[in-house]
Amino acid sequence: MNETLRHVRHVLTENPVTLGAAGLFVFFVLAALLGPSLAPYDPFASDAARALQPPSLRHWFGTDALGRDIFSRVLVATRLDMAIAVSSVILAFAFGTLAGLAAGFLGGATDQAIGRLVDTIMAFPLFVLAMGIVAALGNTVTNIVLATAIINFPLYVRVARAETAQRKSAGFIEAARLSGDGETAILFGQLLPNILPIMMVQASLTMGYAILNAAGLSFIGLGVRPPTPEWGIMVAEGAGLMISGEWWVALFPGLVLMLAVFCFNLLGDALRDIVDPRRRS
Amino acid sequence: MSELLRVENLSVAFRTRGGIVRALETVSFSIARGETVALVGESGSGKSVTAYAAMGILDPAGQVTGGRIVFDGIDLTEASEREIEDLRGREMSMIFQNPRAALNPIRRIGTQIADVLLRHGNIRRADAPAEAVRLLAQVGIPDPARRSRAYPFELSGGMCQRVMIAIALACAPSLLIADEPTTGLDVTTQAVAMDLVRDLARERQMATLLITHDLALASEYCDRVVVMHAGHVVESGPVAELLAAPRHPYTARLLAATPRPGIALGDLAAIPGELPDLRRAAAGVCRFAGRCDRRRDDCAGSLPPIPPGPLHDAACWNPL
Amino acid sequence: MLTLIGRRLAAAIPSVIGVVVVTFVLTRALPGDPAAYFAGPNADAKAIAEIRTALGLDRSLPEQFVRYVGDLLRGDLGQSLSTGRPVLVELASRLPASLELTLLGLVISLAIALPLGILAATRPNSWVDHLCRVIVTLGVSMPTFFTGLVLVYVFYFLLGWSPAPLGRLDAFFSSPPDRTGLYLVDSLLAGDAETFVAAAGQLVLPAATLAIFTLAPLARMTRASMLAVLSADFIRTARASGLSGGTVVFAYAFRNAMLPVVTTLGMVFSFLLGANVLVEKVFAWPGIGSYAIEALIAADYAPIQGFVLTMALLYVVLNLSIDLLYGIIDPRLEPAA
Repeated sequence: MNETLRHVRHVLTENPVTLGAAGLFVFFVLAALLGPSLAPYDPFASDAARALQPPSLRHWFGTDALGRDIFSRVLVATRLDMAIAVSSVILAFAFGTLAGLAAGFLGGATDQAIGRLVDTIMAFPLFVLAMGIVAALGNTVTNIVLATAIINFPLYVRVARAETAQRKSAGFIEAARLSGDGETAILFGQLLPNILPIMMVQASLTMGYAILNAAGLSFIGLGVRPPTPEWGIMVAEGAGLMISGEWWVALFPGLVLMLAVFCFNLLGDALRDIVDPRRRS
Repeated sequence: MSELLRVENLSVAFRTRGGIVRALETVSFSIARGETVALVGESGSGKSVTAYAAMGILDPAGQVTGGRIVFDGIDLTEASEREIEDLRGREMSMIFQNPRAALNPIRRIGTQIADVLLRHGNIRRADAPAEAVRLLAQVGIPDPARRSRAYPFELSGGMCQRVMIAIALACAPSLLIADEPTTGLDVTTQAVAMDLVRDLARERQMATLLITHDLALASEYCDRVVVMHAGHVVESGPVAELLAAPRHPYTARLLAATPRPGIALGDLAAIPGELPDLRRAAAGVCRFAGRCDRRRDDCAGSLPPIPPGPLHDAACWNPL
Repeated sequence: MLTLIGRRLAAAIPSVIGVVVVTFVLTRALPGDPAAYFAGPNADAKAIAEIRTALGLDRSLPEQFVRYVGDLLRGDLGQSLSTGRPVLVELASRLPASLELTLLGLVISLAIALPLGILAATRPNSWVDHLCRVIVTLGVSMPTFFTGLVLVYVFYFLLGWSPAPLGRLDAFFSSPPDRTGLYLVDSLLAGDAETFVAAAGQLVLPAATLAIFTLAPLARMTRASMLAVLSADFIRTARASGLSGGTVVFAYAFRNAMLPVVTTLGMVFSFLLGANVLVEKVFAWPGIGSYAIEALIAADYAPIQGFVLTMALLYVVLNLSIDLLYGIIDPRLEPAA
């Protein structure tokens, strides 16, 4: 354990960028938890007299076309964006890992059926499939979460299946079998805990993609409805204003969105280095 | 016999994560025109590094830190990259182990031979394919015209080694370095490949440096043997003399570990211990002392390296 | 080669079937009333009932599926509620705009990613290598729509170098005579240099936006695979044969390194087609992506379904061509002669 901790510290301190990403991560978590109580203004309060003011000491990120404080809106939006990304990743993680375990462990018809399902999802450009799913299921935030989970599902299945198949005949599984463990006990007592770290890495690596995907969907008008503060929709609201020079309306939510994705990607890489040093890039 | 290659006090170091590895230290030996010399030692003894340094194809992490490599009167450690590039494949060539991996997997073998011909051979582009077929025939590949259009994966390992030999000999070099050419081939193919190299070398008056861990192979095909251990040359001399009366304890050990007629497999003696950690080895001191049963107190003193040349010599304070 | 094409085509069939089944499931087999979807938000009960009969939604699911496949085979993707025109016709008229944008984006991306990856791999730890690493990490974190907007702000508003981000051609120009539907090609065919320049001007920013997004996976893969190939045994052989640095890097290393890159192209196309929708919205590009977005807002279902199907089939075709390209580069896939 001490060894692991030392390795974690090594990975964090070896690269200052990783350390920065970890700091940023803490910042995002705090913003998601405390955002609404920290926001200096009511994110919904419009004020025509203050419309489209550039960034100033009063309004750090300026105000939008309705005079709402962009900083407050970006801050408050953190919770919703994180919630969408985290819940879709949890869904994909849970179902993908189970399906992958089943496919890798049972093989045969189960493997083929799950493989066919995965191939079918992968036959679509993923963002387009997500659009189709949200359009069909109904234009709600829940369905954005679902669509994002579905398009991430194949990645988890593939990793879990490969890792399971590789360990199925490993020594420690044989040992468990010889000592009288049933197949279910082996599956959940031995295999699952063994592939879990790698699946966690996978989860952190897809987190950034999940945020991007959800923001993209709301950018084109799916899921989140105005006036709810959400990064994608805020960028969409500021899109038209870019041409007329009111850059701050779209820039700040876009920048924060980018930072969040960047932060998760870097942390995902770092986590992979900690869990699986062989795959260091 | 005039000297073709002279390696003099060659030192090579590698930068690694764990520190600087002094892979070669004051290595010296020479090869005369038309002569066949074996460079013998365990894996990790520095045989291949010596060859790569001579060819100028060391890994970027490796650097020549001292000494000279003189080929046909040209000091390669002073020569420009361009000059060495012109010599490679034309005057000095190399064949490798695992011939299948050593050939470009997605290029037709005829084209790979033609590449070398066009680079060095003063040949017209239109004539290169026919010349490649002729070379394939020369190394004994049946139906060479058809095979020249084959890819490496379509040929057996032995065939791939023949192709390698054809590539190496395409421009009739005066020195061929064969780096464990029989590793990765099955036993019968090994002998065939070695015979082919020997015959072609004799025919062309070509010098050969055979790199091998196999003393038996060396004794069968070579005029002289240079024994390496942990980046040092520990003994060198004419093959018959060296095998009959080894002077360095390591050579004796190696000999005892080599299967030969009349000796049961069970009587073969493994060499105790491992190669020393070259990151920590002190400069100029015998690197075999840790594994040696003839070690004396003065073995810790610095050891004069063996000079290049044909004489029988051993770098040891307490030779046999 | 023909056997290879045949085998690849056969391998694509399950994908096509899967795509058709999923688009069917997305519309017919979900909770809720599909007839209400197709009738649109403003339809009354009578209109919905009419649609139900017209679409055969009162039949059993298998019957509906057979009918759906029959419609597809006849090229009937239904009618758009908002325009009243057949979806197929509208998609077909807008597809060239999307294709032109996507292909140019890919070309720009490849033109930057491949040299960058090669330089980074041949000069480890040089400034090119560091630049490559920064681009690779930043590139995947940039939301496409955001990149597009920043480019618009800088190059249109601040610098004034590029035309207004409003479609394929400035209002002063008329579109070139329609041959391929690709304005760049058509204007060249018509010998109309002015229109060509104008169309290219409109294309640069959106295509660059797409390129920035897809640059990262391509450059990353090129670098990694060049590094792996450059340390391969056969590269050592090539160097030992005195082949020049250029020959070693291009004729020997690069072609081998392309194999994993070509495989990555599948994922890149998935990214590209998805990002295309976002970029079309940012640049008011009249392609099938913005068509789908308009339909989404109007809750006009048939066009969306047609769009998803078109994109998926396009993706299947692209993947098929990747497989064929792979087969051309790698002789090992061909049955031994």
